[in-house]
Amino acid sequence: MTKEKVDVYFNGRYLSHITNPEAFVDDIKTKRRAGILPHQLNVSYLTAFNEVRISTEHGRVRRPLVIVENGKSKFTPSLAEKLKEGKIDWQYLVQHGVIEYLDATEEENSYIALEVKDVTKDHTHLEINPLTMMGFSANLIPYPEYNRGDRINYGAKMVGQAIGMPSINYLLRSDTKFNIMTYPQAPLVETVTSGPLIAYPEGQNVVVAIMCYDGYNMNDAIVINKSSVQRGLFRSFYFRTYETIKKRYWSGQEDDITIPDPAVRGHRGEDAYRDLGENGIINPETRVQSDSVLVGKVSPLRFLSAEEFAAGIENKRETSMTLRHGEKGIVDKVMITETQDANHLIKIRIRDERIPELGDKFASRHGQKGVVSLLVPQEDMPFTGNGSVPDLIFNPHAIPSRMTVGHLLELIAGKAGALGGKIYDGSAFNHVKEDEIRKAMVDLGFRDDGKETLYDGRTGRKYDVLIFTGITFYLKLDHMVQDKIHARSRGPVTLLTKQPTEGRAKRGGLRIGEMEQQCLVGHGAALTLKERFDSDKTVIPVCTKCGMIAIHDVIKNKSYCALCKDTEIVWVETAYAFKLTLDEMKAMGIYPKIVTEDM
Amino acid sequence: MYNLPTKIQEEILKYTEENKISEKQQQQIIDAVTKIHKMSTYDPQEPMGVVAAQSISEPATQMTMRTYHFAGTAGIQVTLGLPRVLEIFDARKEPRTPTMTIYIEKSHQTLDRVRKIAENIKEVKLRDLVKSTILDLTELKIKYKLDLERLHALDVDEKKLSRLVNVRNAVAELAGEMLHVIPKKKDITNIHKIKFGVLEAHVKGIKGITQVLVTKEEGEWVINTLGSNLKKVFEIEGVDATRTTSNNIFEILDVLGVEAARNAIIKQTRFTLDEQGLVVDPRYIMLLADMMTTEGNVKAIGRYGISGEKDSVLVRASFEETKKHLTSAAIHGECDLLKGTIENIMVNQVAPVGTGAFDLVGKIPQQLPEEEK
Repeated sequence: MTKEKVDVYFNGRYLSHITNPEAFVDDIKTKRRAGILPHQLNVSYLTAFNEVRISTEHGRVRRPLVIVENGKSKFTPSLAEKLKEGKIDWQYLVQHGVIEYLDATEEENSYIALEVKDVTKDHTHLEINPLTMMGFSANLIPYPEYNRGDRINYGAKMVGQAIGMPSINYLLRSDTKFNIMTYPQAPLVETVTSGPLIAYPEGQNVVVAIMCYDGYNMNDAIVINKSSVQRGLFRSFYFRTYETIKKRYWSGQEDDITIPDPAVRGHRGEDAYRDLGENGIINPETRVQSDSVLVGKVSPLRFLSAEEFAAGIENKRETSMTLRHGEKGIVDKVMITETQDANHLIKIRIRDERIPELGDKFASRHGQKGVVSLLVPQEDMPFTGNGSVPDLIFNPHAIPSRMTVGHLLELIAGKAGALGGKIYDGSAFNHVKEDEIRKAMVDLGFRDDGKETLYDGRTGRKYDVLIFTGITFYLKLDHMVQDKIHARSRGPVTLLTKQPTEGRAKRGGLRIGEMEQQCLVGHGAALTLKERFDSDKTVIPVCTKCGMIAIHDVIKNKSYCALCKDTEIVWVETAYAFKLTLDEMKAMGIYPKIVTEDM
Repeated sequence: MYNLPTKIQEEILKYTEENKISEKQQQQIIDAVTKIHKMSTYDPQEPMGVVAAQSISEPATQMTMRTYHFAGTAGIQVTLGLPRVLEIFDARKEPRTPTMTIYIEKSHQTLDRVRKIAENIKEVKLRDLVKSTILDLTELKIKYKLDLERLHALDVDEKKLSRLVNVRNAVAELAGEMLHVIPKKKDITNIHKIKFGVLEAHVKGIKGITQVLVTKEEGEWVINTLGSNLKKVFEIEGVDATRTTSNNIFEILDVLGVEAARNAIIKQTRFTLDEQGLVVDPRYIMLLADMMTTEGNVKAIGRYGISGEKDSVLVRASFEETKKHLTSAAIHGECDLLKGTIENIMVNQVAPVGTGAFDLVGKIPQQLPEEEK
């Protein structure tokens, strides 16, 4: 019987066929481990497709694993010793066939042991550390295996949104947006990845009591101690860099950076330029508000109407750089340089202090996020027998349905750590055990379950139940009300439709959508319905004869139809968008005749 | 005088007669019922269509992707949840899983008899009766080895089999345990094609009914089927044609008429919503079913149904296929009277719904009458 032939693909291209796939794949692997073939090459024999795939392409996700041969890990104790002494390094291990990188397809052919004690004859690889199966952010979460999987996902995502100290040289940088926490701390319950990250911490350790505070912390809201905030808890700075270029144009004209002359078109009034220096640039340490002018600038105008030319209006337009709408701050730094094209470039960095307020978002590392709903003065906060007061009150209802047991473990480990002056390791799969923490708590003279007697700060009465109190590492997330709050009564409209603009940055309105419209219809509120939809209300002159939109001459105060020269005009109230629809129909060659009728 | 629906009136009458209630008390009952009935009716110009739409779509949004089915249980897998609701409202010609519930007359209510009926309904193809197939290339014949045990179990006469299997361009003949099929054209490529065609040949039962299941429902034997063919089933002796139904609404329309189709829409929709534990007032579904069936056939809700046949050009153009509606309106010189709600929202005028449905028209005197001066 002839042997079955197996196709070989190299980077997705068909190469040839072979008859002994296992031996072929093994041969390639030995050569790769010996360093004859590049270690970035991956090979796999897929029995389901009956083909061998060899990949050397970029863009494959690969991860390192210790090679196991004949049930023995290649990373021997002698190698470990050498590594400790610094005689060898990672690169050595990769080059000498101790560690190899697998891609997703080769992983399919592998049998990976999680720990050394699990290794059997069948295993092909061994995990360096089981926590390598998780990503960087996910590894920042302590006690992750006690949480439900999705909470790890959420937690890892929110760690990325935390305001901490992502760089130390931030005073020298000019990023467009940048957040720095004033006093970030290293977590009391650390993990393997939070160790190297010690210079870039992302939150603060806060005393948490898991209890309800009237109704204020329902539905994931959190109550924060106002006095803690006043002492600097979760305070951060928000930096934003603005830049403008003094442009030169084809015509030889160029922008002018000065305090604009009142004759310039679009002049904002003398008051607006008050804070600018003589050179038209704002001075450092000036307090600026929404829409304040940072750099006074005038640009040449292309066209000028005959009247304006006659009136002697200066052929210039105001193009000053202003602070974004809704933002405030203090001018932190002014930089004047040149661009690559030798144009003047002005960069202004604004600094704004952000003190936690109602509506700011906070989260622990377990996907437990919440919004501040109340800042309570210390005297009204609950307190323990020894007089300590929580910084934050977290609602117990956030626990059962989400099953974040890791959150509770972190809280008690943090408490034991703070009391004993120790930092506990909460790394995935290999951390300080619960029993040890409980023992430490007892040794410190506390209850081993982390519960304490608390007293109501307002009445001084003892709470009937013991309250779980401890220390949790909390993150201030980059979602602050100040950046989101928005309301509008009147405001700008778009040019085309005359309907309100969209979005906070454009001072836009909030859309009443189709479903909201249906709701009003459903209630039979016809007049409310009309009122809600008349943001683009217009009154147009309509010719009674031809039904087309007529002309109104404002100077002569006369209306007439351009088509039939008729003067029998009626004024009709409609939406501007409808007038636009009629115009578009006309452009398509459809004659939309408006038939009017007396009421 | 406010008239209660006849059904309610009859019920009250029946109740009063049975319980020997005096005329005075009867009037009191009628008054009380009338009061309740009045409260549950809609006011003039109240947009009940919109309310119906909201009442059905709000629970429907919850249904999205939350359809759970019971895998592995004895029964027939039917499309449920949102896909089924869409199927009904879109008026699809053929449901994804057509099923029938066949009720049996009292005189045939023995398990053996019901099983027999079920067996006769189920479609049997030659594929089900064949053990193996041999291609005889020397004689250019296809030989099917028959499963005689099954043949007898299914009550199929092997002698008649050769007649039942009539495939184009081939003759079948019985040879002991084997069924020989001889193609007319002596061609090897052809023989292969015929091989599969013969296996699909219909032997027995009703075409399209692939599964039958006899279950006991509320104390009587009922046959559930996968596949639907009401016309054929009604012909079978012992089938209770008054109660037997299908979930294919168009089939019901063909066999039983519009009224039955309307009821089927209501029944099917309510069944699917109940299945998901959603509560919708049946009257909204009835309104919808009425809208779908008023013209004597079943119309879909949507582009090719109710929404696509609205009077107003503007409304049709704003819904879907703008260009199509605008051009046809331009060609035919259509006139939009702006009588509907949506048109009036578009032109920013007071829509004739609810409070906007009424106008106050009157002449205001230029001068006050003499006496009042």
